[in-house]
Amino acid sequence: MTLATADTPAPRGLAATLAHARYVISDNPVTGIAFGMFLVLVVCALLGPFIVPYDPLASDTAAALQAPSAAHWFGTDNLGRDIFSRVIVATRLDMAIAVFSVALVFAAGGIAGIASGFFGGWTDRIIGRISDTIMAFPLFVLAMGIVAALGNTVTNIVIATAIINFPLYVRVARSEAAIRRQAGFVQAARLTGNSEWRILLTTILPNIMPIMMVQMSLTMGYAILNAAGLSFIGLGVRPPTPEWGIMVAEGAAYIVSGEWWIALFPGLALMFAVFCFNLLGDGLRDIVDPQRRT
Amino acid sequence: MHGIVDVTAQAAKTSEAPSGPLLEVRDLTVEFATRRGVVTAVSQVNLTLAKGETLGIVGESGSGKSVTSYTVMRILDRAGRIAEGSITFSGIDVAHAPESAMRDLRGREMSMIFQNPRAALNPIRTVGRQIGDVLLQHVQADARNVKEKVIDILKQVRIARPEERYHAYPFELSGGMCQRIVIALALACRPQLMIADEPTTGLDVTTQKAVMDLVTELTRERGMSTLLITHDLGLAAAYCDTVMVMEKGRVVETAPAERIFRDPQHPYTRKLMRATPRPGITLKDLLPEEPDVPPAPAENPLPLAGEGRVGAGASTMATVSGAGAVPLLKVENLLKEYPRQGAPSAFLSGLFGKKAPPEERIFRAVDGISFEVKKGESVGLVGESGCGKSTTSTIVMRLIDPTAGKITFDGEDISAIPAKDFAHHPLRGRIQMVFQDPTESLNPRYTAERAIADPLLRMGGMSGGAKLRARVAELAEMVGLPQNLLERFPHQLSGGQKARIGIARAIALDPDLVILDEPTAALDVSVQAVVLNLLEELKQRLGMSYLFVSHDLHVVGLLCDRVIVMRQGRIVEEGSSQQVLDAPKDAYTRELIAAIPHPPV
Amino acid sequence: MLKLIGSRLATAVPSLIGVVIVTFMLTRVLPGDTAAYFAGPAATAESIAEIRTKLGLDKPLPAQFVDYVSALAKGDLGSSLSTGQPVAAEISARLPASAELTLAGLVLALAIAVPFGIMAAVKQGSWVDHACRLITTAGVSLPVFFTGLLLVYVFYFKLGWAPAPLGRLDVFFSAPETVTGFYLIDSLIARDFETFRAALAQLAVPAITLAIFALAPIARMTRASMLSVLSSEFVRTARAAGLTDTTVIITYAFRNAMLPVVTTLGMVFSFLLGANVLVEKVFAWPGIGSYAVEALITSDYAPVQGFVLAMAILYVVLNLLIDIAYGIIDPRARSEA
Repeated sequence: MTLATADTPAPRGLAATLAHARYVISDNPVTGIAFGMFLVLVVCALLGPFIVPYDPLASDTAAALQAPSAAHWFGTDNLGRDIFSRVIVATRLDMAIAVFSVALVFAAGGIAGIASGFFGGWTDRIIGRISDTIMAFPLFVLAMGIVAALGNTVTNIVIATAIINFPLYVRVARSEAAIRRQAGFVQAARLTGNSEWRILLTTILPNIMPIMMVQMSLTMGYAILNAAGLSFIGLGVRPPTPEWGIMVAEGAAYIVSGEWWIALFPGLALMFAVFCFNLLGDGLRDIVDPQRRT
Repeated sequence: MHGIVDVTAQAAKTSEAPSGPLLEVRDLTVEFATRRGVVTAVSQVNLTLAKGETLGIVGESGSGKSVTSYTVMRILDRAGRIAEGSITFSGIDVAHAPESAMRDLRGREMSMIFQNPRAALNPIRTVGRQIGDVLLQHVQADARNVKEKVIDILKQVRIARPEERYHAYPFELSGGMCQRIVIALALACRPQLMIADEPTTGLDVTTQKAVMDLVTELTRERGMSTLLITHDLGLAAAYCDTVMVMEKGRVVETAPAERIFRDPQHPYTRKLMRATPRPGITLKDLLPEEPDVPPAPAENPLPLAGEGRVGAGASTMATVSGAGAVPLLKVENLLKEYPRQGAPSAFLSGLFGKKAPPEERIFRAVDGISFEVKKGESVGLVGESGCGKSTTSTIVMRLIDPTAGKITFDGEDISAIPAKDFAHHPLRGRIQMVFQDPTESLNPRYTAERAIADPLLRMGGMSGGAKLRARVAELAEMVGLPQNLLERFPHQLSGGQKARIGIARAIALDPDLVILDEPTAALDVSVQAVVLNLLEELKQRLGMSYLFVSHDLHVVGLLCDRVIVMRQGRIVEEGSSQQVLDAPKDAYTRELIAAIPHPPV
Repeated sequence: MLKLIGSRLATAVPSLIGVVIVTFMLTRVLPGDTAAYFAGPAATAESIAEIRTKLGLDKPLPAQFVDYVSALAKGDLGSSLSTGQPVAAEISARLPASAELTLAGLVLALAIAVPFGIMAAVKQGSWVDHACRLITTAGVSLPVFFTGLLLVYVFYFKLGWAPAPLGRLDVFFSAPETVTGFYLIDSLIARDFETFRAALAQLAVPAITLAIFALAPIARMTRASMLSVLSSEFVRTARAAGLTDTTVIITYAFRNAMLPVVTTLGMVFSFLLGANVLVEKVFAWPGIGSYAVEALITSDYAPVQGFVLAMAILYVVLNLLIDIAYGIIDPRARSEA
């Protein structure tokens, strides 16, 4: 029954996609590496608290400010907390902020953008005006303003990050939908009696999905950076919660006195995560590009 | 030698061998490094071009004709390389000459004009300065007299008001005018060889003729040699001394132009020649002598399963076209207006590629036209780009709403139903369309089977299962699409196969009227021949009516009973195909017909 | 040309209106009590009520908006709670510090990224190209505050080349007489080369931090657009006409390739103005970013609001300049206007 279920790609298509993904990964080892990095992040986020050697919140003033050693791989901070444990445990919070904000903006911005590009007219004008207004602010500055106004909580960091990414999603979805609005295959779908909404959902959306996925992966990195930046200046996450941005902020004061490890390791963790999603986004772009399929 | 050309070492060499050919290519093989290994694009090509000679290289897409010409100029992209063979241009070994020597040759001794003239010009530099760049590069002018010389060249390519146009940007000029600028660029330094790569593809037929006549005149005047690269055998035969036919990277035949139509030697040339639409032939004449691909109706005598609406009786009746037949579609005083660009919503204007001259606020794409299509009749709607033919067909299709006018389909006024509601109207299934670009008209995420099944699922009352499968298989057979291709996605199919899917989808609901919007414009001629015959056969079998929208009078003449010629939103002439083609009454129609290249038969 | 500027100005107006509405909403349409925010955490009920009346928060929302806009028109952004100073004065005093840092970072980034991107595209597949791709992907992955700290560690603590990351000028120097507000320019005007050197030394590391951050998107876009232009048909025509590589790359390809880069600059500015806040915090740079951060920590709302508004207006103006620059390069944009 390939026909009845064929709104989604037929199994043959799925198998072909997997085969293509395998081909891309073997052809482009960087994407393979990025995927491996992604798995590391997932494992840390899910199992973090169970695999770390120390309690990330337990302070031990006797062991404060120790350089990395066999006992403390990443050293200890000014309160003697184990930085390795804190960095690993922080993965879950940082990833959660990014995942939730991206999911939020994907749903809101994606739908708004597709509707805007496909229907045009007033829908387009109103949505366009909203994203233009958001874009009129330097995005990080707007995020600061939103968090300051809504209140200094993690939830509001998620919301602020979603809001500042909104225009980006709208723009991608809108232009992709607008290109296809008058495409031959959309016209053909109209001729076969599909309503506009049906065309939007069954014809336009699946065709835009791959590009939106790439966009999601690329903005994940940006969302992580943004959330870390906000907590670096003291918004959102409060100490002593382990979070990469705030940990770098805690270590900043010790950089000038040479205790580099306090800020370095959470900073590297941040870089690792963002780099992973950027590489993954570039790799995904290759996978979804039908021109490169055989 | 030519007056302006400096007496350089190369020129000296040329004059040592005055009797030799200007360009000689021996056993040329060109390879491309791709992701899937090395691909041979051109293999063992030989050609000789004498001074003042015009050679046409003809072939369908992928024949290697463009690669051959790029190799001669040595402007292949990075991935391509000359694997074997030699190219000698006026005594110079092009394959091994240093890049600096090649640069001196390009533009001054050999030059090239390209397919898409607008894209071939730097969009943000005035055309005058672009021509000036070439003159200055080859020391044909200096800073003081360059403008004067450029204007002189613009005059030579018949650009009106050259002083003004000197300061124009390409986007301010029409396509035909841009092509003249490209020609001016190519001729600026009076080279000995000009390579024209599909110089008229994409231009309107009247512009096409003007451009070709200009090229011929200017190159003859200067005693230049020309390589004309084209997919159009008729064009090559009309303008060239010798024609070389290429297929899949190899030369299959080289012969004088007057012989190639009269007495083609190679089977591929014969096929190509037959497939070229020309006056005084029938659709069947387009096909190769030995029919291979399309299943002839005789092999397929089974009646249509189930659907009784269109019986055998109807189809015999349908073949009797013309007098007394009932009008199926009646269009009265159809009018479509668009606001001109620059209206308040500049925000949205990017979405539409409208090109509107800024004379008025309102632009009339269709200006009060009326016509009829009778049951079982094929009507051609012909005109150049911007004449309103596509707008008309899209309105008749009920995809957009007319500004005014009435459309009656089978006795029912369908212009009153808004386009967005028409999708659910019972009549939707009875008016269908075959789109211009088969690739673009297929959803890249649907298999062939799913694409054909779409109308049956939506409007045919089917919901999957064996019955649907059987119907899709039947449709595929009707359009000659092998069953084993049904599982494939569009990017795994050839242009001709995709065209067949588009046709199968359009006839799936047994429509009464099918609108064919340039259905073969994106196809190679041999595929076009097969598709046109398929359309004719399906019409006979199913008793449909066609409204055939095209820019090509010959093609329309072959398929249609009646022809309507449009210009600037109005109908200028209407009549039987034969009458319009053989004895056109309107001056514009005559101009259109005259513009089609006439091979020396 | 005037028409172009006029039409671009017209498009900037709705943006400005949007900005003002949003900043207004950011303070008025808050969950909880706005007056309590403005009064600060330690306020009593009476002082909150007093502030409510003083700020006009007991009026209906449209009236409050009118008050807000008329105050804005007079250049009144309210006063800081902790210092009591008017916000507008404070911001205008600190703006040159931020502007000097941001511009230095941008100029540095452009000077490196554009030639780098061009070289990568022209020599596609060479080591320059690979380096470019690696640096652009890694560059966008770097948290700017982290880069700043790393540079401080290396150049101040390890190598001792840079001065301590504490502001615009070492305490032993006095600031040059204010002309432009940019220390580098003012010290040159005052012919005070010692101060110039000191200011440059302070500026170098934070500016490099910002430049590293802005470099990646500019280089990436330059490379991509240069590649697409180099494979375009008009470049092929120029080559077929025998123009030299220099002419083809500079006159034909580069100017066209700059169009998307100029557009990207808008995005880059957005990132830079945000990154500026973080860099100012790392380097204790006395600009408007660190002003806002200090205010945020003490829940002093008026400065934050003023800061968001000032940044947004600055950004709208920068975008306007970018649009006009685009129009100067592209005749098509001119004729559309």
